[in-house]
Amino acid sequence: MTKAFEIASAVRDPELPVLTLADLGVLREVSEEDGRVVVTITPTYSGCPAIDEMGADLRRSLRSAGFAEVEVRLSLSPAWTTDWISAEGRAKLAAAGIAPPSRIGPSAAGPVPLNLVPPSRQVACPQCGSLNTSEISRFGSTACKALRRCHACAEPFEHVKEI
Amino acid sequence: MSFDNAYESLLGHEDAHWAFGTGFSEPLSGVNREFPAGVDRDALAAYCLMLGDDALIFSQRLSEWCSRAPELEEDIALANIALDLLGQARMLLTRAGEVLGKDEDALAYLRDEREFRNVHLAEIDCGPGPGGDFGTTIARLLVFSSWRLALFSRLRGSADPVLAAVAEKGLKELAYHRDHAAQWTVRLGDGTDESHRRMQAGLERVWPFVDELFATHPVEAALTGVAVDPASLRSEVDGVLTAVLSAAGLTRPADTKAARVAGMAGRDGVHTEAMGYLLAEMQHLHRSLPGAVW
Repeated sequence: MTKAFEIASAVRDPELPVLTLADLGVLREVSEEDGRVVVTITPTYSGCPAIDEMGADLRRSLRSAGFAEVEVRLSLSPAWTTDWISAEGRAKLAAAGIAPPSRIGPSAAGPVPLNLVPPSRQVACPQCGSLNTSEISRFGSTACKALRRCHACAEPFEHVKEI
Repeated sequence: MSFDNAYESLLGHEDAHWAFGTGFSEPLSGVNREFPAGVDRDALAAYCLMLGDDALIFSQRLSEWCSRAPELEEDIALANIALDLLGQARMLLTRAGEVLGKDEDALAYLRDEREFRNVHLAEIDCGPGPGGDFGTTIARLLVFSSWRLALFSRLRGSADPVLAAVAEKGLKELAYHRDHAAQWTVRLGDGTDESHRRMQAGLERVWPFVDELFATHPVEAALTGVAVDPASLRSEVDGVLTAVLSAAGLTRPADTKAARVAGMAGRDGVHTEAMGYLLAEMQHLHRSLPGAVW
């Protein structure tokens, strides 16, 4: 199972290919049941279109490594949070020019507070490191990324938004 | 993967690489889906259809804005919100289908208008076509996401493990949707005379459909501990809407109610004129070419 876990961990995210599924924190468990490898992953967003492709990539990688029977399962709870992106994953994102998410901690019970202005999180520009950046759009090229700009070096960049 | 031939990278896999929706047989694969003891399964299926249809139909409406929004970023934002709701709809329709013996596609594409259980707010035509407006769509998104967020916040405690998990996951998405709508409402309401006028007009257009959101349906009343009683959400949602409208300098419209038909509305399968046109567009491909995939 160690080998199966290593192979599953190395499969890359289809939409953020600098990250492995393990870096992204969507790989929840790799186990063996009746001679089958069972891989459990969790979607980042309910409508994440990459989830099917992650399943297909996991099956393909494990089969080509000799695991004949592979089952990929989804787990919805506990819900994925960007806090599960590993330290290594955050470093890889920054190196690829994508600002990693801040840590947000567990979500509280009860009503969700309203934000009438975008939260003033300090997001460092992955190009020049300046904290003088602002949000252009909360929704970017994929569900998990926002679009920002840096006022110091004038470069636009993507930011994995906190969820 | 080989890129020697452009088609190979698209077609040379066990699952067609770009045909999303082909990898898992259905969206609840592997999720704990035992039915809680003593629950009325028919009522649970009806409830999942209500919440699933709200998301599916509003998702269809939002996707109509893609390429028609005032700016490119907003095309992307509304399409992303539509995608989140579509994901919630897939899980909820699949849960309903476990009781009804149908899959998500059969429920989305092969039901007729009277079988849909969404609230009217999700289906009315707010544009981008004639008679609609971006301000109206933002007004609808504000009301819908504020209401659904409050609902999902309570649904996390549902005795049904699937509903609780869908709610926990969807809650974070809905928080982004509501913030997006609230920030646009403030920007438009507190913007120019023209943007203020159109945002206020949008609120007036959607307000008659607000009351239905909080009307307790017999299905919800029958599912104690599983469903959320929407009447219990009213004060929380009112508080949020009041805060947003006040920051935006907008006036809360008078509480008028859209007429019901013999006391029935969306939750009973009685819909507005807009619904038939919406379903015709959403369903025609699947009905003309059964089983079509891409």
